Amino acid sequence: MTYAQPDTTGHFGRFGGRFMPEALVAPLDELDHAWTDAKSDPAFMAELNRMLREYANVPSPLYEAHRFSEAAGARILLKREDLNHTGAHKIRNVIGQALLAKRIGKPRAIAETGAGQHGVASATACAYLDLECTVYMGEVDTERQALNVARMRMLGAEVVSVTSGSRTLKDAINEALRDWVASVDTTSYLFGTAAGPHPFPSMVRDLTRGIGDEAREQVLKLDGKLPDAAVACVGGGSNAIGLFTAFIDDADVRLVGVEAGGDGVDTGRHAATITGGDVGVLHGARSFLLQDEDGQTVESHSISAGLDYPGVGPEHSFLADIGRAQYVPATDDEAMAAFDLLCKTEGIIPAIETAHALAGALDLAKELGPDATILVNLSGRGDKDVHTAAEYFGLIDEPVVLEQGVEE
Amino acid sequence: MSGAIADVFAKARAEDRAVLVGYLPAGFPTKELSIKAIEAMVDGGVDLVEVGLPYSDPVMDGPVIQAAAEQALAAGSRTTDVIDVVRASAATGAPTVVMTYWNPVERYGVERFADDLAAAGGSGLITPDLIPDEADEWIAASQKNGLDRIFLVAPSSTDERLEMTVDAASGFVYATAVMGVTGARDQTSSLGEELVARVKKVTDKPVGVGLGVSNGAQAHEIAAYADAVIVGSALVRCLLDAPTESAGLEAIRTLAQDLRAGVERT
Repeated sequence: MTYAQPDTTGHFGRFGGRFMPEALVAPLDELDHAWTDAKSDPAFMAELNRMLREYANVPSPLYEAHRFSEAAGARILLKREDLNHTGAHKIRNVIGQALLAKRIGKPRAIAETGAGQHGVASATACAYLDLECTVYMGEVDTERQALNVARMRMLGAEVVSVTSGSRTLKDAINEALRDWVASVDTTSYLFGTAAGPHPFPSMVRDLTRGIGDEAREQVLKLDGKLPDAAVACVGGGSNAIGLFTAFIDDADVRLVGVEAGGDGVDTGRHAATITGGDVGVLHGARSFLLQDEDGQTVESHSISAGLDYPGVGPEHSFLADIGRAQYVPATDDEAMAAFDLLCKTEGIIPAIETAHALAGALDLAKELGPDATILVNLSGRGDKDVHTAAEYFGLIDEPVVLEQGVEE
Repeated sequence: MSGAIADVFAKARAEDRAVLVGYLPAGFPTKELSIKAIEAMVDGGVDLVEVGLPYSDPVMDGPVIQAAAEQALAAGSRTTDVIDVVRASAATGAPTVVMTYWNPVERYGVERFADDLAAAGGSGLITPDLIPDEADEWIAASQKNGLDRIFLVAPSSTDERLEMTVDAASGFVYATAVMGVTGARDQTSSLGEELVARVKKVTDKPVGVGLGVSNGAQAHEIAAYADAVIVGSALVRCLLDAPTESAGLEAIRTLAQDLRAGVERT
């Protein structure tokens, strides 16, 4: 049977839906209709595809990582989303949402960001499409991703440091939603991941699914057959859903989402939402989340700011529930070992988010053996993480001045 | 509709005034003090109490209620404490509802929450992030327990959604007067009056107006067209700003008196 999710009200089985203030329901309906119209409008899609091609450097290449494969013990193919403009898959989603914002006629855009990748992509798309841009970012993240804050400002965006709650991505989303409910007549919310209330999970999937569609074609062209497994890291889950979607009906392709295991799922200090969480409601959708006995959101922990989120997109919860995709954790240490290996064997510095997918692929390689082909979404490059990684590996002796006033 | 809420609206109508609804979070700054604060606001003239359930991710709330919720949670406030506060509040004689984001209710168990709320003397639930579209379980549990379902309508609600929401609501309809989060504002919005008129066109259920009301003068403006005036952040601020416990309680009582005078129509 062909996979077709969500239903018309945005439910993926028991997941998803819309748990939002009534004030935002009409705007969400408007967005849903606008996206449904736009994606069936050949002129809009041609314009979007032209922008992705000419501006964002999409389609990204597929790359056989020989030396990494040798170390892994299975054949590893990398979908090089790190080579996209702004250095991650995020540009696909945000160009689409920003172009839709232009079509709807709203002059201002807001976005939340964790690692800063979606914020940078949003600031970029807004500069490119002449939209005013405000990015909400948790204070903790502005500190560990100071260079991305500078990049967003260079691109003309206003960056608001969020000091409420745990001062990370979830609180940035709360603050962006508070802005949106007061400004929705003139403002579009460029949502950064395949989570949130309907229609965001399916719209973001539609916009990122090019990753898997391209990769599927590229692997077929290269090998004449499909890979044995497709692997991606999962925070909110946009790059993973973008990779998985093309393969969902290919029952022989294993789908593996790698969550941030932090210090280890059994320590309680992690961001492995599906592995270590329970079903509940957060940020507008029913999905797995990290919560305490009373349903209060629990703070997540990960070396990767981009995966440091206590929720996950509802479609991943659904895919886990029906057993079509498998979700496994990789700890900070496992991710950083994979990060190091890719640097040393391929001369590619991955984003620390992406390093989790690589760690998952290394585990899977052991299980599947040398004849297996594993497709990994190399979702982003690691320039933004050089400071974190250098600290982790002890490569810096002297304090590094990142920008005026911020010394670490 | 639960009898208690219906009675309060009938009484206010007979007295030619609007019902005064006051919000305070349970467990802020402590459980004991939050109960005293509720008693003080009822003493000052609040007719109907909204007990807030402190939540980690209150997307509909401005800085004042966020700060109170954070403090309550940091002090260890639990869902069972909220039920205790409801019991104490209902004991004052004022009908008492809980205002809560949805996840804590779902986590507690929707039926168990409804049972415990009803057993504590609570009259219903205000659900800022639960729309009727997703509320089947809550509608069933509330019907079983005779609890009211207070859903929100907004200036952005389409006519179709307005009618559907009002239809699913009981007790009263909560009209959010501005597009935005909770918090005191200097001026009331004209959107509130338009919204109430739209609701009145499709129902004779009472309509309360909230968001941004902070003093008697604003309450008086709203009482001219709404059945209830809902005040939250301004009351919470009394406690946040107070130098001492007794000063905070006194400030709440005084504000409640001012608001109560404001809801008189004549």
